[in-house]
Amino acid sequence: MMHSIYNFVSGPLVWVSFFICIFGSLYRIINLFLLAYKKEAFIFSFMSLKYSLRSILHWIIPFASTNMRKHPVMTLVTFMFHICLVFAPVFLLSHIVLWEESWNISWWALPDHVADLMTVIVILSCLFFLFRRLVLAEVKYVTSPTDYLLLFLVAAPFVTGFWAYHQFPGYAVALILHILSGEMLLVAIPFTRLIHMVFAVFTRAYMGSEFGAVRHARDW
Amino acid sequence: MAEPVVKKDDSPTGEPAEDKATDEGIEKGVRDLTADNIAAVINDVLSKETGARLKAYVDTCVHCGLCSEACHFYISHDNDVRFSPVGKVKQTIWEILKKKGRVSPDFIRRAAEIAYTQCNLCKRCAMYCPFGIDVAYLMSVVRRLCHKLGVTPLYIQDTVNSHSVTYNQMWVKEDEWIDTLQWQEEDARAEISSLRIPLEKDGADIMYSVIAPEPKFQAELIYKAAVLMNVAGVDWTMPATPGWDNSDMAMFTGDNEIMGRLKRAHFETAARLHVKRIVMGECGHAFRSVYDMGNRWLGWRMPPIEVLHAIDFYYELLKTGRIKIAKKYDKPVTLHDPCNVVRGRGLHEKARYVIRETCSNFIEMHPNREHNYCCAAGGGVVNCGPPYKKQRMKGNRIKADQLTETKADVVVTPCHNCHSGIEDIVHHYDIGIGVKFLVDILYETMEKPE
Repeated sequence: MMHSIYNFVSGPLVWVSFFICIFGSLYRIINLFLLAYKKEAFIFSFMSLKYSLRSILHWIIPFASTNMRKHPVMTLVTFMFHICLVFAPVFLLSHIVLWEESWNISWWALPDHVADLMTVIVILSCLFFLFRRLVLAEVKYVTSPTDYLLLFLVAAPFVTGFWAYHQFPGYAVALILHILSGEMLLVAIPFTRLIHMVFAVFTRAYMGSEFGAVRHARDW
Repeated sequence: MAEPVVKKDDSPTGEPAEDKATDEGIEKGVRDLTADNIAAVINDVLSKETGARLKAYVDTCVHCGLCSEACHFYISHDNDVRFSPVGKVKQTIWEILKKKGRVSPDFIRRAAEIAYTQCNLCKRCAMYCPFGIDVAYLMSVVRRLCHKLGVTPLYIQDTVNSHSVTYNQMWVKEDEWIDTLQWQEEDARAEISSLRIPLEKDGADIMYSVIAPEPKFQAELIYKAAVLMNVAGVDWTMPATPGWDNSDMAMFTGDNEIMGRLKRAHFETAARLHVKRIVMGECGHAFRSVYDMGNRWLGWRMPPIEVLHAIDFYYELLKTGRIKIAKKYDKPVTLHDPCNVVRGRGLHEKARYVIRETCSNFIEMHPNREHNYCCAAGGGVVNCGPPYKKQRMKGNRIKADQLTETKADVVVTPCHNCHSGIEDIVHHYDIGIGVKFLVDILYETMEKPE
């Protein structure tokens, strides 16, 4: 029973969720561009590669913007969180092994203990974000139930992955939950505010272009 | 009309009852609303006029609250969450989208109050959002909805009505306009006998345009500009026809159609006079209208005729030596950076150049340049008039603190709205500081013919 569930979630469901994530995100991007062409075509005439990159660069370097310096803890946590969130799963040895088994491709892997530490960082960061939402008035005020749900969706694969990796009691179930929650996260990306991982590039580029090429002012 | 009506109950923003403003324009508009027409109007605007920006901004926002501290209203209200940029979006746009436009008349009343009177569209928060989300744009969308629903504050609506009828903001009649210019010319000739304010000169290098409050009650600014032009030997003119006023309150009520008419009249007047450039007086919002909003509405990526803000023009005159400084102003002077020409056009260094050339004791205000706090008057907020003055004062305590810390005697701000806003702040918080335009300082310090 467990075995067939495992086979199902680690087989077809993986492909389905990757498919939805990738094509869903592409669909969102294309849709956004079509919408811009249809109703706000002027946006394209204001886009500047130089200033898009200037803006993006300023906002992907830790502490390069005024607001990041005003919130040093948040800045530190959010950078660590996002780096670990992306790199830990992609460069995890056990994930790469799965890719190799199915597609015969492989790449450099993180040492297990580093990946483990990164997992802990993601989990602790999620707790920090939860704490912000519960405690800081300005965050609490704009927090809706879906924000907690998103946080849960993001934390789940890491908590269950940690559980399974360390073979805590019930790890066989944890492993299945790990895969399932990872798939849910992938599927959620195009259809929730997690789309910011894709859209942020465009909003940043647009604001960077407006500030740089039209307003001749900094935007950081 | 005029006197703010005071309600007994506490306002939705939790302010004491005596601070709660009621605006006749908004109230009248709200009375005429029905749930059906609200939804119909909102959905019409959303489907026809908004697109990728609204979608990307709303879908990308992760509700992190990091924009909060960018807002002077939020800080000045002791971090009251209802005044944070994202807090204002939550109370308006999110709710409107969630309910697909099916919101109540009371909701619209509150949305109008937030968008028209608690946001100056200063775009400081755009610099604090990690994604660069433009909350000012979102508030403009709310204003557009309110305008379409006929729910606009009385005072600012009156200025738009004036724009609509006279092409200027202050019901200045054509003969009054010409008369004012001639009166200023006559007065100034007592000082410089050859001085002219050339009207309707075809093919002049520069058309000088101002906002209607100048002829209405600040005519000395036209006088000083005329002295500057004459001493510098500028080939300039002012139009004698509508189109002389570069201001634009319609842009702030959400009346884009009137905004377009105004800007067209302004540009076409310059084109009719065959001038090479337009120079405008020290006004921030007018610059936004000419350089950012109005030109785009008319389909121009950039203004069809080059427009120089006064700061840029003064910089040019000083840099090329056409104006020389006789004796620098020696009182301690600080500078308030106006959002529309600093975050809107990056003129902060040029403004500093002009100040350093004319003043011997310049003190920076902190934070400054793009990070300066708004005056709380811009974005049409001061134009919403007396009902909202208290709220505007309370909402910019941070500016009072900023000014006090400089210990300067004079604050220079090259923007009309900033000027009014800061004068109010100075009186309200009893700060002993004078408020001046750059041209005041230039006029006082420049070399003039004997």
